[in-house]
Amino acid sequence: MPQNETIQDLGLEEYKYHFITEDEPVFRSGRGLNEKVVREISAQKDEPEWMLNFRLKALEIYNSKPMPTWGGDLSNLENVLDEIYFYVRPQDKMEHSWDDVPANIKETFERLGIPEAEQKVLAGVGAQYESEMVYHSLKKEWDDKGVIFDSIEDGLKKHPELFREHFGTVIPSADNKFSAMNSAVWSGGSFVYIPKGVELDTPLQAYFRVNQEQMGQFERTLIIADEGSKAHYIEGCTAPVYSTESFHSGVIEIVVKPGAHFRYTTIQNWSNNMYNLVTQRALVHENATMEWLDGNLGSKLTMKYPSCYLVGEGAHGSVLSIAYSGDGQHQDTGGKVIHAAPNTTSQIVSKSISKGTGRSTYRGLCQVHEGAIHSKSNVECDALLINDTSRTDTYPYIEIEEKKSNIGHEATVSKVGDEQLFYLMSRGMNEEEAMALIVRGFIEPIAKLLPLEYAVELNRLIELEMEGSVG
Amino acid sequence: MSDSPILSIRNLHAKVADEDVEILHGVDLDLKKGEIHAIMGPNGSGKSTLAKILAGHPGYEATEGDVTYLGEDLLEQEPDERSQNGVFLAFQYPVEIPGVSIANFLRTALQARLGNDEELDLFDYQDQLMEAMELLDVDPSFAERPVNDGFSGGEKKRNEILQMAMLNPTLALMDETDSGLDIDALQVVAKGVNTLAERNPDMTVLIITHYQRLLQFIKPDHVHVMIEGRIVESGGPEVAEALEDRGYEEFKSTTT
Repeated sequence: MPQNETIQDLGLEEYKYHFITEDEPVFRSGRGLNEKVVREISAQKDEPEWMLNFRLKALEIYNSKPMPTWGGDLSNLENVLDEIYFYVRPQDKMEHSWDDVPANIKETFERLGIPEAEQKVLAGVGAQYESEMVYHSLKKEWDDKGVIFDSIEDGLKKHPELFREHFGTVIPSADNKFSAMNSAVWSGGSFVYIPKGVELDTPLQAYFRVNQEQMGQFERTLIIADEGSKAHYIEGCTAPVYSTESFHSGVIEIVVKPGAHFRYTTIQNWSNNMYNLVTQRALVHENATMEWLDGNLGSKLTMKYPSCYLVGEGAHGSVLSIAYSGDGQHQDTGGKVIHAAPNTTSQIVSKSISKGTGRSTYRGLCQVHEGAIHSKSNVECDALLINDTSRTDTYPYIEIEEKKSNIGHEATVSKVGDEQLFYLMSRGMNEEEAMALIVRGFIEPIAKLLPLEYAVELNRLIELEMEGSVG
Repeated sequence: MSDSPILSIRNLHAKVADEDVEILHGVDLDLKKGEIHAIMGPNGSGKSTLAKILAGHPGYEATEGDVTYLGEDLLEQEPDERSQNGVFLAFQYPVEIPGVSIANFLRTALQARLGNDEELDLFDYQDQLMEAMELLDVDPSFAERPVNDGFSGGEKKRNEILQMAMLNPTLALMDETDSGLDIDALQVVAKGVNTLAERNPDMTVLIITHYQRLLQFIKPDHVHVMIEGRIVESGGPEVAEALEDRGYEEFKSTTT
């Protein structure tokens, strides 16, 4: 088969990096989304009947729901979806070599100071990760404590009852068009269970798993933090995720049982052709705490609003997010907190940076149900504009049915000022260094909550992004 | 001491970048190594404009004349180049940088001086910072606070002096460092400047002020009076005393 045709067949018309693809035929599901595709996926994964039915039902829901008309511009998305393959088996994923990875991507890795072995994993050309040993020793510790940290597929196979009890309960297929799509074609993601009273000091990092199970386009993660447990899960990394796919739609469901404390950190830097539409939600029970820490740095359009449903008395939820929109990018992000029980508390802190023609939108919902007395919520969203062409919008929705509650909202928009730049330059920094320092200061309240290596990488990334921000 | 000036200003005319009104109408000034000069003048005389032009503020524009610093054309240099070449401006209104600690800010400024090829030694840096804070009698916790964010007037000026200590300039321009300070804060700042001048006797200082009171604590070698964009009188410390007694009015009359 001629090279060009192979690429055409893989639906990579938009690709621009001249990968050499293999001539071997691979298993793939056919373009577009239909019942045949869904049945094939389920059969490939050798799933139980109930899961196949779950998928088929979700497909029906997906087809019945219109494309959202709010948020970002999805007008071209239907064309994209008609062209993509909804399932490619991980072992059949296109193999390419390190030499084929574009120089600019390699340079970014270099400048972020990422070891070469990790770079290869990130670029999708390596299967080995040097921290394998670290991972194994951690895995032993987790096993000893009864912690389950598996791929979502293994979770379904190895823990069928626990899986079925919670799967799809936090985010029903019918929640929105893209949760329905994910429910129909999900593949890849994590299954995590933290037993009662178990506290983990070391974060669970999806990263450790990536080499075993490539993160899918339709990742699905289910996490159950049992009573009184405490853990931190980290997904993604600050390095640009090099992907030839142009669509990502994940569903992350988390159940935080009474008295448990769970933090979920995502740092994502998708390539600039990506539509990234993700549904993340946690059900937070009595006296439990859920914290979303969310960083969105890449993609063409991201629509993502991590949510906390505070269903037990005394539950606490927080959503802390950083969004960065460069030229031509739109980050439509924020958070949702639903107070459905008394004495629940929540906090949303959103920081966005728009550069060039980038646009950042804060979209948030704070809802207090009747009877959720003495609930407190505080929402703070700050936008920083780098250039005159940058844009930001704020849509804070507040719905309060309970008078005995206390809701605060604060929004600021600032522009990097000439006086600020001059002050820093008069201390010897060039304009780009000055800009990067101002931006780092702006996100500091959230960045300081990240594990050190992520914070360091994030700072370096911002320095890189600020290059060429002036003039 | 060398005889040739480190800073030489000739017939300098300047204006606000977006406006047509000229503020400086031909300033001449020579500063030699290790000298302390003061420029005194009433509000609107152009003395702060001179400081901003020398530091390279983008809102001001030199329209005529020359400024030579260490043998080079200063007006051709970007603000960061000027800083790297040893020019320091203590701001009249220091700017807030939320979320950036003073320690981090100074580290970034010192790293910028080294460029990309050399990494600042963090241990040396830490020692240097501690030393500077001790010298200026500043509590070590000060360095952890975000730059000027929520600072009192006195704290902001103290931060300027700490930066000056760390960047160790060849030419320090002090733009109305005394404005908005009570007498205690003024003394602290003046003591800081004197300490740094003692530490580095080669440092040249140009103090810009409306009032004579700062000059009771920092003794200038030369005093210049600026009225309506021109230097109308130059002399020793006695000029400042004469001003104190008679006010600017008398000097104004000499210009017409």
